[in-house]
Amino acid sequence: MSETRTQGSAGASTTAPLTPSLVLGVPKEIRAGERRVAATPETALRLQKLGFSVLVESGAGALADFDDARYVAAGCTIAKDAKSLWETADIILKVRAPEANPALGGQDELELLGEGKLLISYLAPAQNPELLQRIMKRKANAIAIDTIPRISRAQKMDALSSMANISGYRAIIEAANLFPRFFTGQITAAGKVPPGKILVIGAGVAGLAAIGAGRALGAIVRAFDVRPAVKEQINSMGAEFLEVKLEESGEGEGGYAKEMSKEFIEAEMALFAAQAKDVDIIVTTALIPGRPAPKLITKAMVESMTPGSVIVDLASEQGGNCELTVPGTVVNHNGVSIVGYTDLPSRMATQASQLYGMNLYHLLDDMGGSAKFRINLEDEVVRGALVVHNGELTWPPPKQKAAPAPPPKPAVAAAPVQSSAPSGHGHGHGKKKEAPPASMASQITKVAVAALVLVGLALGAPPSFLTHFTVFVLAVFVGWQVIWNVTPALHTPLMSVTNAISGIIIIGGMVQIGGDAPTSVMWLGFAAILLATINIAGGFLVTQRMLKMFRR
Amino acid sequence: MDLRISFATVSYIAAIALFILSLSGLSQHESSRRGNTMGIVGMLLAMIATAALVPMDGYPALFGALIPGALIGSLLASRVAMTSMPELVAMLHSFVGMAAVLVGISNYLGPNHGLSGTELTIHDVEIYVGIFIGALTFTGSVMAFGKLNGKISGKPLMLPGRHLLNIAMIIAVVIFGVMFMQSAHTGGEMAHEGLMPLLIMTGIAGVLGIHMVMAIGGADMPVVVSMLNSYSGWAAAAAGFMLSNDLLIVTGALVGSSGAILSFIMCRAMNRSFISVILGGFGTGEGTAPAMSAEQQAGTYTSAEVDEVADMLETAKSVIIVPGYGVAVAQAQHTLAEMVKLLRAKNVNVRFGIHPVAGRLPGHMNVLLAEANVPYDIVFEMDELNHDFPTTDVALVIGANDIVNPAAQEDPTSPIAGMPVLEVWKAKIAVVMKRSMASGYAGIDNPLFYKENTRMLFGDAKKNVDALVAKLKG
Repeated sequence: MSETRTQGSAGASTTAPLTPSLVLGVPKEIRAGERRVAATPETALRLQKLGFSVLVESGAGALADFDDARYVAAGCTIAKDAKSLWETADIILKVRAPEANPALGGQDELELLGEGKLLISYLAPAQNPELLQRIMKRKANAIAIDTIPRISRAQKMDALSSMANISGYRAIIEAANLFPRFFTGQITAAGKVPPGKILVIGAGVAGLAAIGAGRALGAIVRAFDVRPAVKEQINSMGAEFLEVKLEESGEGEGGYAKEMSKEFIEAEMALFAAQAKDVDIIVTTALIPGRPAPKLITKAMVESMTPGSVIVDLASEQGGNCELTVPGTVVNHNGVSIVGYTDLPSRMATQASQLYGMNLYHLLDDMGGSAKFRINLEDEVVRGALVVHNGELTWPPPKQKAAPAPPPKPAVAAAPVQSSAPSGHGHGHGKKKEAPPASMASQITKVAVAALVLVGLALGAPPSFLTHFTVFVLAVFVGWQVIWNVTPALHTPLMSVTNAISGIIIIGGMVQIGGDAPTSVMWLGFAAILLATINIAGGFLVTQRMLKMFRR
Repeated sequence: MDLRISFATVSYIAAIALFILSLSGLSQHESSRRGNTMGIVGMLLAMIATAALVPMDGYPALFGALIPGALIGSLLASRVAMTSMPELVAMLHSFVGMAAVLVGISNYLGPNHGLSGTELTIHDVEIYVGIFIGALTFTGSVMAFGKLNGKISGKPLMLPGRHLLNIAMIIAVVIFGVMFMQSAHTGGEMAHEGLMPLLIMTGIAGVLGIHMVMAIGGADMPVVVSMLNSYSGWAAAAAGFMLSNDLLIVTGALVGSSGAILSFIMCRAMNRSFISVILGGFGTGEGTAPAMSAEQQAGTYTSAEVDEVADMLETAKSVIIVPGYGVAVAQAQHTLAEMVKLLRAKNVNVRFGIHPVAGRLPGHMNVLLAEANVPYDIVFEMDELNHDFPTTDVALVIGANDIVNPAAQEDPTSPIAGMPVLEVWKAKIAVVMKRSMASGYAGIDNPLFYKENTRMLFGDAKKNVDALVAKLKG
């Protein structure tokens, strides 16, 4: 059956020989307990719109409630077994990393990966260098969906976020399943029911999803995160943000958390210990990339909780945030259930497959669809996730900061005199003394000119003039020094007061009137005094008015 | 007589000290009022000491001028609206300029103090220069006054060959100066043959003052006012030289240099060279109108309604208000202050961002906001909060244009390229309150209006702010 189908597909491609469509292969997941599948009928339909033909291994979607018939209805071709699928497909879409397949008599799936083909799946390249070596030996290509860079453009391809969202939601559902009370507070005829209290540790995607689900069920939700920046997000989801009174930001690279100092951890543990006595449900999501999960909930804290309480440890795959977590199962310690499931997304396989399939769809769309498909090393997203390229190791990718550096200020083409003037941030903050900017050469010129002028004055000018000139130059310098540090807000009052002071010209008028002065001089002096007085009175009064208005 | 002269000298020293303290007091908020008081005391001291030197028969004239002068000045100062402050200051500058001209002429006409030879020549030069600066200050200030209150268009007047015209006028001034020197004292003690060239020069200086200020664009007005302030100081200093009066020299020099530095500080804030501002127009180019790029012309803007803006402000966590001259024009500062009070009551972090050359006078916005009782600790300078815009929810631009023009940073061919601007477009939303899509004082288009995150709220600033206040209350 599979033979005929694949041939049918080949026949279709001969009718359009110019664009032979690439074949996507979706094998059945072989990891025990894995229910997800890398494409659903719906995403398969979308992938075909990109020009791909989709080959699905028989029974691949069974555990996610998609039977073969639905794939066929969506235009997919069904491959009878894994072997034929891996042989035919150009690109393999998987959820879990390749491993030994019992159905093939223990042969590793990787053995089936042909030269030049592309594998897209979770690979955890940091933890599996040996796996990468084997892919390299196959001279194939591999994209690790779990290393898609966390940048805005790549959000639609970020499977980690999609899965974390499901985990967070499911964590609350699992807790609700085990928790023997209501989440909502109620006042009934039979008495009052207190609301359930949930503590969420780590407000990443999973944490926020847990907060949302917990709030939706009516519980009181509190949340903690080492990154103060997420406080707003926590509040926006309706939870209370718990703070440790200590100044330290846990913002690490790429929006992940980093490891904190000892003091901080102590303060944090004290906070958890206090909260453990109060809350009914704890959801922990604390992960630090590339390290075992931090132990945040001690045995003593578990013992201090009310029996019936539930802890859901979303970090259990990395060892767990709770000391008593047993990965993959639920343990009961003194009446407190500790959920250590590592397959929460898989427990909602239909939803998870759909989201994962869409992430892959967006990635393949980004890579050009079928017709223009290429592995573009210039594409930041593809480069970040590409771990093996034509048998060459391309992991880790060259370092690229998540937050792009602000573009440099446009360079102002200016003479050196201007460019030495501080512009932009920082200047004007303090009341620091600033010297007028000038380049060395122009300063020397100025000094030389000044010296020449002074020599000329000494030779030509009478002593009486020189005395006045001395006074004048000194006054200029005093004015310069006094004004240099003025607060910009006071520019107007300052100008107005200097204006009033320049009314000192009145003295010039005053010394000329009276005595033996001719009438013309008298009248000119009179007018000068009049004008100067207006200036003096007006200037000082208006300054007074302005200054009165300034208040702190 | 000797005693009176000694008394006057001592008083002058005290007055000089008081003036210096006054200026330094005015550079900080805490000491500003004390500074003004010191200025008043210094001035009174100087006037009383000088009055004591005036012969008895001069008193009727003296008081005849002093009393009405003081009355007129007080009246002007108490009547003026805070929004027309710039005009008043410009007008007062013109008075100083005129007074300097009058003092110079009367000094020339007055009795010769037995000077001869080099001393007499220097004295004549002093008179000539003093009158020149005075006349320049006078007409320049009158022009500035006209431009500031809108009687004269704010657009720079670009006569063809205006630099040549200026140079020609200056050469003429020098030629008449030589003529004045040659004829000043021919024909005896009371003959004033030099009066004619002196008066012609005064006329030329007046035209030069008019021409210079006319060529300067409205956006540079703060610098011009401060520059004229400086000139009036130099005029007083020149008068001091011709009268051999140290008080005048020192005070004039103080005012002159402080005005010059203020202009310089402002020019630097605009990233412009002082020379290019003084020479008028934009830059040194001969009025090359910026060709708008096709993209800007084709841009579309999004307008918003008062309700939407009120919602944005109410739900914002932080708001930065950027006021401009439009606030002064619309007299919107009081309602603006009320709006800020309402928003602060709703726990919105409201701050004001003041561009160094916002308004038509340095510090104009600060004065306006102070008048409306906006606490000055929420009023910040551009440099203090420019980097906060990316974390700001709403940037509210009211009646400002050029100082928020991203072209200054993005378009190297823009006439305002390199001028520091408030980066309002980096806020999540920038709301621009404006009367119309007309361009600002600099006469250039503003790409801010066409940005995706910009909302235009058209209409009179006062009415719009009133409506916002009503919304926020309701």
